[in-house]
Amino acid sequence: MYTEKVMDHFTNPRNVGEIENPDGVGEVGNAKCGDIMRIYLDVEGDIIKDVKFKTFGCGAAVATSSMVTEMVKGKTLDEAMVISNAAVAEALGGLPPAKMHCSNLAADALHAAIVNYREKQEKKE
Amino acid sequence: MRRVYLDHSATTPVDVEVATLMMTYYTEKYGNPSSVHSFGREAKQALEEARKQVAELIGATPSEVTFTSGGTEADNLAIIGTAEALRKKGKHIITSSIEHHAVLETCEYLEKNGLDLTVIPVDEEGILSVEDVRKAIRPDTILISVMHANNEVGSIQPIAEIGKLAKEHGITFHVDAVQSLGKIPIDVNEMNVDLLTVSSHKIYGPKGVGALYVRKGVRVVPLVHGGGQEKKRRSGTENTPGIIGFGKACQLAGQRMAEDAEHHTKLRDKLINGILQSIDHVKVNGPMGDKRLPNNVNVSIRFVEGESLLLSLDMLGISASSGSACTSGSLDPSHVLLAMGLVHEIAHGSLRFTLGRQNTEEEIDYVLEQLPKIVERLRMMSPLYDQVMHIKEAQ
Repeated sequence: MYTEKVMDHFTNPRNVGEIENPDGVGEVGNAKCGDIMRIYLDVEGDIIKDVKFKTFGCGAAVATSSMVTEMVKGKTLDEAMVISNAAVAEALGGLPPAKMHCSNLAADALHAAIVNYREKQEKKE
Repeated sequence: MRRVYLDHSATTPVDVEVATLMMTYYTEKYGNPSSVHSFGREAKQALEEARKQVAELIGATPSEVTFTSGGTEADNLAIIGTAEALRKKGKHIITSSIEHHAVLETCEYLEKNGLDLTVIPVDEEGILSVEDVRKAIRPDTILISVMHANNEVGSIQPIAEIGKLAKEHGITFHVDAVQSLGKIPIDVNEMNVDLLTVSSHKIYGPKGVGALYVRKGVRVVPLVHGGGQEKKRRSGTENTPGIIGFGKACQLAGQRMAEDAEHHTKLRDKLINGILQSIDHVKVNGPMGDKRLPNNVNVSIRFVEGESLLLSLDMLGISASSGSACTSGSLDPSHVLLAMGLVHEIAHGSLRFTLGRQNTEEEIDYVLEQLPKIVERLRMMSPLYDQVMHIKEAQ
């Protein structure tokens, strides 16, 4: 039911973990629906220098989290903001239809982390 | 890669003896049991032998057994067939919150069509109270439908007590015994059951065959109309090879019940105790001991999600199942676990292992060796787990 790429990212997730004193953190989902994704950002200038994730959820939730971190490392914040959940799913070779809505939230978590970073910056200024 | 099958409540392999017998009825004795000629007669004779074998396993007489396409059809026939037969008598049905979808959805279908439905809750072990059933009875109650043993957590229901109650009130009593058949004794008379659903593929018989026991004198209106087979209760040419396979599977299950139960119980307790010893933050779902099916193990592993567990186990060749939303095809986790009072996040982390005849202690050792590593890996990824670890560190 999952593509090889999904299984690869589930089995060997990229960038799992936390960043100490991150520049931005974003979290989406809740335990009730069975998926929680948290993304940590390390930002230098306008560039995402490092990104890590922690996810509670099904295979698709883990794989999309892993994939989105791989897609945005080294990208500018603006470039990262336009990456959609659909683009993450596409990069994984697609997800089963039932998973498109419930477990495909990794880009949302990323965007939440960027928003969190920008809010912190505004406060500093 | 080695494969360990621990999902016998989903389905079982067909016993070789059963499959061999069935083959004869596909290729040599392929007659239609309704035909007058010798081909028909030999098929008919084998069909009736199978009916006897099924009846024997549940303490019924052969004429009370109607073959169907499986457990789901038998449940539909029992519930819709009774509602139609007793339409003038009343319109209230009682069932439980942990029934299989084949019962729950059928009852809800009738509710949408104007019948009244009362769904009895269960306690935290997944067992309903006879008193709750008694309180739910109304003058217009026509049917009580309660499963013998639950498919997810293995909880065994007080069927004989409910049967007594139903009899006292003159209410038809249906029991879905798909999971208990062959695993624990069933006697339709001792239990005062009027209608009983059984299925073949859970007891090493073929898929696509089941039966409904209908007590002599109880009327169900048929769902399938046509040539009037099965005493007009279920038209359509009989699935002779399947039915004969089911009969043989029942005979073997009856002969092996004590031996199977001992084997399953030993492996079940080894697996449950092993998981509790090697993984922290684990909850056993369902009752322990005699109130649990001998072959059922169901645990919730905190801070991890069921489908992730299943995928990880599957990559190591271990086949299990889960009550998480992701595996139920809906957004909610298992209705059974929720009915037992589990919160969503704990229900999402449930894992079911159901044992079979061919499982060995060595296979359980393999699971106990692999599962803690899987859980550790997933917990390292889980934002829920590090919250707990942070709290622990702070203390």
